[in-house]
Amino acid sequence: MTVELNLTRDPAHLRHGSNIGQPLTRTEGVLKVTGKARYAADNHPPGMVYAVIATSCIARGRVKSLDVAAARRHPGVIDVMTPAHKPPLAEDPDAKGNPFAFRMELLQSDEVRYANQAIAVVIAETLEAATEGAALLSPRYQVEIARVGLDATEAYAPPVVGIGNPAEVRHGDIDAGFAAASKRIDATYQTPAQYHNAMEPHAIVAVWDGDRLFLDTPSQGMAMAQMRIAGLFGIPPGNIHINSPFLGGGFGSKGLVSGPQVLGVMAAKLVGRPVKLVLRRSQMYGPVGHRSATRQRIRIGSDDAGQLTVIDHEARITTSSFDDFYEPAADASHTLYASPAIRTAHEAVRVDTGTPLFMRAPGEATGSIVLESAIDEAAFACGIDPLEFRLKNYAEVEPTTGKPFSSKALRQCYAKAAERFGWAGRPLQPKQMRDENGFLVGWGMGTATFPALMFQGNARAVIRADGRGVMESGAHDMGQGAWTALTQISADALALDLEQISFLSGTSDLPDAGIAGGSAHTATVGAAIHNAGAAVIAKLAELATSDQRSPLFGAGNAGVVARAGRLHRRDDDARSESYAEILARAGVAEVEASGTGAADPAAQSQYAMHAHGAVFAEVKVDPELGQIRATRLVGAFAAGRIINPLMVQSQLRGGMIWGLSFALHEEAVMDHRSGRILNANLAEYHVPVNADVPPMDVITVDEHDPHVNPLGIKGVGEIGITGSAGAVANAVFHATGIRVRNFPIKIEEIVMGLG
Amino acid sequence: MMNFDYVRPANVADAITAASEKGASYLASGTNLLDLMKGGVSRPSRLVDVTRLPGLDRIEHLADGSLRIGALVRNADLAHDAEFARNYPAVAEALLSGASAQLRNAATVGGNLMQRTRCAYFYDAGSACNRRWPGAGCDALKGENRLHAVLGWSEGCIATHPSDFCVPLVAFDAIVEIEGKGGRRELPLEALHRLPGDAPEHETALERGDLIVALRLPANAKNFAGHARYIKVRERTSYAFAVVSAAAALRIEDGRIHEARLALGGVAAKPWRSREAEQVLAGAAPDTTVYREAARAALAEAKPSGDNAFKIELAQRIVVRALTLAAAGTPDRIAALPGSPFSSVAGA
Ligand SMILES: Cc1cc2nc3c(=O)[nH]c(=O)nc-3n(C[C@H](O)[C@H](O)[C@H](O)COP(=O)(O)OP(=O)(O)OC[C@H]3O[C@@H](n4cnc5c(N)ncnc54)[C@H](O)[C@@H]3O)c2cc1C
Ligand code: SF4
Repeated sequence: MTVELNLTRDPAHLRHGSNIGQPLTRTEGVLKVTGKARYAADNHPPGMVYAVIATSCIARGRVKSLDVAAARRHPGVIDVMTPAHKPPLAEDPDAKGNPFAFRMELLQSDEVRYANQAIAVVIAETLEAATEGAALLSPRYQVEIARVGLDATEAYAPPVVGIGNPAEVRHGDIDAGFAAASKRIDATYQTPAQYHNAMEPHAIVAVWDGDRLFLDTPSQGMAMAQMRIAGLFGIPPGNIHINSPFLGGGFGSKGLVSGPQVLGVMAAKLVGRPVKLVLRRSQMYGPVGHRSATRQRIRIGSDDAGQLTVIDHEARITTSSFDDFYEPAADASHTLYASPAIRTAHEAVRVDTGTPLFMRAPGEATGSIVLESAIDEAAFACGIDPLEFRLKNYAEVEPTTGKPFSSKALRQCYAKAAERFGWAGRPLQPKQMRDENGFLVGWGMGTATFPALMFQGNARAVIRADGRGVMESGAHDMGQGAWTALTQISADALALDLEQISFLSGTSDLPDAGIAGGSAHTATVGAAIHNAGAAVIAKLAELATSDQRSPLFGAGNAGVVARAGRLHRRDDDARSESYAEILARAGVAEVEASGTGAADPAAQSQYAMHAHGAVFAEVKVDPELGQIRATRLVGAFAAGRIINPLMVQSQLRGGMIWGLSFALHEEAVMDHRSGRILNANLAEYHVPVNADVPPMDVITVDEHDPHVNPLGIKGVGEIGITGSAGAVANAVFHATGIRVRNFPIKIEEIVMGLG
Repeated sequence: MMNFDYVRPANVADAITAASEKGASYLASGTNLLDLMKGGVSRPSRLVDVTRLPGLDRIEHLADGSLRIGALVRNADLAHDAEFARNYPAVAEALLSGASAQLRNAATVGGNLMQRTRCAYFYDAGSACNRRWPGAGCDALKGENRLHAVLGWSEGCIATHPSDFCVPLVAFDAIVEIEGKGGRRELPLEALHRLPGDAPEHETALERGDLIVALRLPANAKNFAGHARYIKVRERTSYAFAVVSAAAALRIEDGRIHEARLALGGVAAKPWRSREAEQVLAGAAPDTTVYREAARAALAEAKPSGDNAFKIELAQRIVVRALTLAAAGTPDRIAALPGSPFSSVAGA
């Protein structure tokens, strides 16, 4: 593997002893590998009992009866929570208070909305007793026919897609675009429902103390979880203390508190004891979100020379029968290619599943594999190399808005990745390359893109009498390395060495860090930390420059600079004073300041902000057996400032492997009659294993972006999927000449296609 | 999980007595059984843990040249036994192509033979399944069945047997040694698993209380060591069951196939030996034409049980591939990706 350090050379950012940009290993790494990192389900407060959810095996209908008596009779069972027997809620779990309040099943009725929905909770002294108690409930149902699949119900135009995006976007004259096209692609693709399958299942350990609530539960957004739980139980958010120091992955499924987690809280209330509730793997296929299935029709027009005239991208997506989340799949076509006419549109069908939600690169992932495949088809139709085709249609400004990009080093990404991969000389026609063993070899590429988002987050900085610093922010480490990267930013923000600071995080008692999603956490919290550091140093400077006894007296705040635990005069570097000296003389125990990170609306209205990348894939295909093997993946990404190259590498690699998974492996298989998922386990829900992951080369390309946020950070958490999925699919086409438009690519398509 | 008795008998006789009661089940390493219990598919009232029974964990070379493998030998230990791998390379390759390293370390020989189908409807307690509940119907028949059987299935059940290990074993005429209430008996492995017919719930020829104590590979199985392969197509490179697999073994003398063995996996409710194909091959010169003919013979009776017609085509191609590779000679070492068509790729 290659790690290209991306230390920016911009002197404004280059500090003596700078921690940003260093490939630090994880600050919590030793804890994790020695098993000392305590995940939510590792907690065991005194008196704790176990709650197990009984789930519905029908997808639609009503629960007619539950054998509560049988469950209660089972030794060890303490109580059975049902719609008829549960603690009161202060708020309707079906109320839609805000766009992030998704409906959840908290036993409010006997209605079943999807398979695997909670229909009761059994609380017992042991996990085994609770599990058996749940089995003994032997529910009887009034079954209604499940609505399954993309044609289950009548399609309608959703009000919005994603979070507040218009369902249809038109730019330019679509008809004229089609009229001008001499080459046209009209292809329909399908992507399956996918489930997050974080290694750590959703878990909660809930302890009530009067009207205070203590929770160990994995969360990508503790403050929002506090708000939701507070509303449901009618207590102030401040009464809820959430600990979430480590997540075993979230991928979006832990962004919002889920129904099962709240059921754990209800169970604790019902029995008046601490309760642990952990979802079984199979139970994660329903109540905690998923990626919607899609069917996408994409039409691309170009002239003979390969200049795009139109992109028309329509997506049909599913949502649940009872709530609205619309995977913004077609929106992937907004930003990448300079077409004079672009239309994206969505239609939705309601099905009997849990509500789909954000799953790593929601919309971007489903849309990108289709867009990149179709662009490959368009290039092929024109007889043009796919890279050349993309360069021909390179967007110098954001096509749908006309805004300039805040930064966009995509050309360099194409160039670097293509060179590293050895793309030059690729035959245009498919099925031209064989390796020494006779396997078909194919090369494909895709463009990666993901918006550079900012949410809102806060941090608090303290400098203590001994000159040490503390930075606090209730951030979320899902495994992406927040502990490490934010510690690095904190040290620089306080102008201290790493050893001289403490970074506190992972609990809701700290300043609200916003949600860890949208690949925006490092950017958002990083900005908050940066601003908090600047503010606390300003206070320190105030103390020093206004004190006649200080060598910095009279310099004014702007006249001093912080470096390695000291303030220096800008006009005379030799005149300086340590933090400890300043505080000691002032007789102040510590100085403290807060900072906020948030989007700058002015910059946002002026610029389009996106990270970009280019991914190249090589696959080999057995010419008779159809077995596909990815053999090389090269990606180059321009994602603004790189805080920690090691963490960034692992995010990008993980994303690229996810892309490979999207193209070749991942799919939830649903029985079309019952609406039950048939492969709700890690044995049959296939994601790549190590043996499927090829040698990977991940390059980060320098990008200095003064507009996105103070530190110039763009996210890296999701972009790796985009581009990669399409690259792999295109490589399969190049190897075989078979264009599979139904993902994941299945062996039968290749076997039968190869003939 | 339901409450159950757990007994750990000291010897085989006690084990048989303990397991002869209704609702009792042998427990080996539990990699299959415990999953079934957690899913509510199996609900034994008593588990008879056989893992500590003495004397069943040995690999013995018998005087007649055959090999006797105790039922408790771990899958990994057997595959990594150097002499075993040398003499029965296709069996070792099949073992190593199965499951994951962790599972192979735990799984026993007896448990592997007796593992249940992976039919998703069998695992889904909410579905109708004739194996779980005789007469209930088969939800796979009109359901998601692209990976189901193409040979030997009935309207009552279209499930496949998932074992890789059993495929070369059945090709080599392996024999199962069974202890039961009536004493000791032997059965060709080929007769252990049953085709569903109209009683899919009768998955094997074992009676209540029967314990597999050993597996025997006859002396002549070694004769194929120079030309024996196992090829497995699957949906990811490891930790996935076969879509279709084939074990091929040849005895080639003077440029002719003297004797051939061929079995398929993933196509039927049992490891599928094809004597028809073997007959086509016997006496022929090893070339693609005859392999194709053998493949056609092996799948002559095949018919799709659902969305799986491709498996018939794929199975024939795998037969051709396995024979081609077997004829080319067993590699010195088992490849890094055992069973994979890509196992010959450099660096794979
Ligand atoms: C995720 C996963 C992937 C897998 N992938 C593969 C694969 O690719 N290929 C493959 O071949 N296998 C695969 N397996 C199956 C694995 O090989 C079996 O689970 C294992 O061999 C069973 O052995 P065990 O000792 O754990 O048996 P147990 O689970 O203990 O028992 C299985 C069954 O055999 C019975 N039994 C056990 N021993 C005896 C005996 N001596 N006499 C009579 N009955 C007995 C038990 O009563 C039970 O019904 C996979 C399993 C898992 C969980
Ligand atoms: S195929 Fe067999 S195992 Fe599967 S559901 Fe039908 S009867 Fe049961």
